[in-house]
Amino acid sequence: MCDQTFLAITFGPCDSCSENRPLMNLYIKTEPINYCSLCMEIMACQGLASGETLKSLKAESETLRKKLEEERKKLHDVELEKVAEKAEALGELNMKTRRTLKGHGNKVLCMDWCKDKRRIVSSSQDGKVIVWDAFTTNKEHAVTMPTTWVMACAYAPSGCAIACGGLDNKCSVYPLSLDKDENLAAKKKSVAMHTNYLSGCTFTNSDMQILTSSGDGTSALWDVESGQLLQSFHGHSADVLTLDLAPSETGNTFVSGGSDKKANVWDLRSGQNVQSFDTHDSDINCVKYYPSGDAFASASDDSTCRLFDLRADREVSIYSKDSIMFGAASVDFSLSGRLLFAGYNDYTINVWDVLKGTRVAILFGHENRVSSLRVSPDGTAFCSGSWDNTLRIWA
Amino acid sequence: QGCNTMTSRTSSPLYHPTMTDPDMGVKMRNQRLLITVIPHAMTGNDVIEWLIQKYNITEEEARHLGGLLVQYGYIYPLRDPRSLLLRSDDSPYRFQTPYFWTSSRWPASELDYAIYLAKKNIRKQGELVDYEKENYSILHKRINHTWDFVVMQAREQLRASKQRRKADRIVLECQEQAYWLINKPCVNMPLYYHYTTTILLRYYYYTTIIHRRALGRNRVKSSICLESFMKYSEQYLHHDPIMSGCLPSNPWISDDTSHWTINTDMVGTPTRLRVERWSFSFMELLNDSMGRREFMIYLEKEFSAENLCFWVACEDLRHGESSKIILKVEEVYKNFLAPGAARWVNIDSKTMERTLEGIKRPHRFIMDDAQMHIYFLMKKDSYPRYLKSELYKNMLAKAIVPQETKKSVFPFMRRQRHSSPSPAMVTQATEDDGKAKGAGPTGTSSTTNSQI
Repeated sequence: MCDQTFLAITFGPCDSCSENRPLMNLYIKTEPINYCSLCMEIMACQGLASGETLKSLKAESETLRKKLEEERKKLHDVELEKVAEKAEALGELNMKTRRTLKGHGNKVLCMDWCKDKRRIVSSSQDGKVIVWDAFTTNKEHAVTMPTTWVMACAYAPSGCAIACGGLDNKCSVYPLSLDKDENLAAKKKSVAMHTNYLSGCTFTNSDMQILTSSGDGTSALWDVESGQLLQSFHGHSADVLTLDLAPSETGNTFVSGGSDKKANVWDLRSGQNVQSFDTHDSDINCVKYYPSGDAFASASDDSTCRLFDLRADREVSIYSKDSIMFGAASVDFSLSGRLLFAGYNDYTINVWDVLKGTRVAILFGHENRVSSLRVSPDGTAFCSGSWDNTLRIWA
Repeated sequence: QGCNTMTSRTSSPLYHPTMTDPDMGVKMRNQRLLITVIPHAMTGNDVIEWLIQKYNITEEEARHLGGLLVQYGYIYPLRDPRSLLLRSDDSPYRFQTPYFWTSSRWPASELDYAIYLAKKNIRKQGELVDYEKENYSILHKRINHTWDFVVMQAREQLRASKQRRKADRIVLECQEQAYWLINKPCVNMPLYYHYTTTILLRYYYYTTIIHRRALGRNRVKSSICLESFMKYSEQYLHHDPIMSGCLPSNPWISDDTSHWTINTDMVGTPTRLRVERWSFSFMELLNDSMGRREFMIYLEKEFSAENLCFWVACEDLRHGESSKIILKVEEVYKNFLAPGAARWVNIDSKTMERTLEGIKRPHRFIMDDAQMHIYFLMKKDSYPRYLKSELYKNMLAKAIVPQETKKSVFPFMRRQRHSSPSPAMVTQATEDDGKAKGAGPTGTSSTTNSQI
């Protein structure tokens, strides 16, 4: 035994808030108690005006939360599984790797499709961003960023530019020139500036605006031409890791996921957080809208993927299995929304039946974590990028 | 970001149960420190020897590993506590208690550190070293509002420890000191996850607002929402290439790009699936540039084409360059909203009034209300009539259903994979012709293209 002199509980239910947390051994009026650091901080402020406010605010927040749970439950009259019973069972899925894109010298961190359904942009840890014609596997453009860990990249809707960024805290736009001799880096345009790493970026409906998410806990909308900040979105209490734009007809919202385990829906115009979901147990690595725009899926380090319905305002399905113990890094829907493809840290890709909640197939092939996964614009294939330095097209 | 994820709570990665086992672990004996005997101590040499034996590693590696254990505070030196090195001689060391492991109490709280410094200060005046004195005064200013609590805790903890045996007390002091040597927070800079009162206030205030807003929203019954997923998946089943295949074949599988060439923007006759899709929703029709073109032709026949033109102009305003906003707003007003305008759109008077007022201070979203009004007008009125029209029915009738190409008889003879013109090149060509920028690449839905 290493030490019997000072036995103390180091982890468990806090005497104040009952949450399982690391515990501090405190003495209140000669009595030893175990509080988590948060409750200790609150207690230290007690008796003061701010201490009172804090305590009452916390209590109010808890009450409202419970009320919200009740309200949500009232309208939950059926489970997705039950509704999906009458859906036809899916046959065997035969998907194989049809192309392997080799050329990155290090981990592939992100990729995006061009609207022409065959071109792809991918970015990697060593700072290289490559544009491929995935159909022929030819590399068409290559840029070396002045930073490593390029965690985000996006193709412009016109197909004439790409955006990327990472540890440089910026998002830069590179117009794609066809002059082979021209140095793409020369025409680079710095658009977004965050105070921490760039985790995600996407163009909105045109080449003129970019939406970014960052490790500094915010997302932001930028004007490409002037680099001006058009709107910023505050509300995550930790790094924002992912975002996706809504396909809805009034096209004014997007969803983001963060290290604070929350998925937040935002109004682009006002910057307001309009909806929030916090049922995940760990970081949310990826969020993607269901094709109709009425729901979105998430992939998390808690090894589950979940479906959240925006109109019902709740989580409606969990895609998980005991045998899946590693975090899910990326998800995307097939064109009809019936299938959900998810890439995991255990090097596999699991294919889920969105309606029935069952796993339809497991795809092997990558030799390291699958970091990024996207279905092509016409739904004919999907592409996966991995820490094994390659990208694969599956169909 | 992204931990190793094999379930959440496990103990320190560096802790090995057998290391402290009395029979199988490192040899431990009582050490004399000054005049008090410290139980369960071991020499640096013993630690290294044990690591070599247990893990079958070289001395160099054992020293490295052992050194890390000291640096991270899982083993601490009894003599010379500020020197965080593992000496391969008879210098005495002890295992740190789990309560003081870095992993147990991360991140180290400033409040906790303040209590520790206060204890030291109370116990013996002048016991604080220079940097500790500095930290103490910085903390005294920074978290001054909690100082009563700090002093109270310090006194309580000291009182409780006085009730222990002297040897135990010394051990505890050693452990605590070792912990803070390694984990003291950098009080000069704000900790990333430090919970000050203001941050906590902000956090709870914010969540209260979110919860209240959520309570006020209208929720839809689950049965209705979930039924809509069923309907959507069913409707799009045959359009989903991965679920139902695609005609004549999936280019990625057959290496034949026919599927793409028969679905381009400029194709003469569209496929049946494509035309069918226009009937799924108004958005589907507008998202397909050919669909949009056809709809425009129909509207022209109905003398209501200005609606679609207005909608397109508003989209262009919303998603276009910031520098062109004022110009575009003027154009839209001139062409669609001004009295006697060439393509005057029929908006209800309230929306018109609001829009005209807003034009005085133009911004990107100023046309949103008017645009939405016209959008829903088209959706509810013109769109359903279009689907029933001869124009659409003819389109559907003459739409082609390509033959399925079975996989090649000689599968080992791979087809040549042809490249396609890059969208960047297509644009450059049209730019040279002086046409509008952003012409869609092959077979896409249109972007902000004011030409239809």
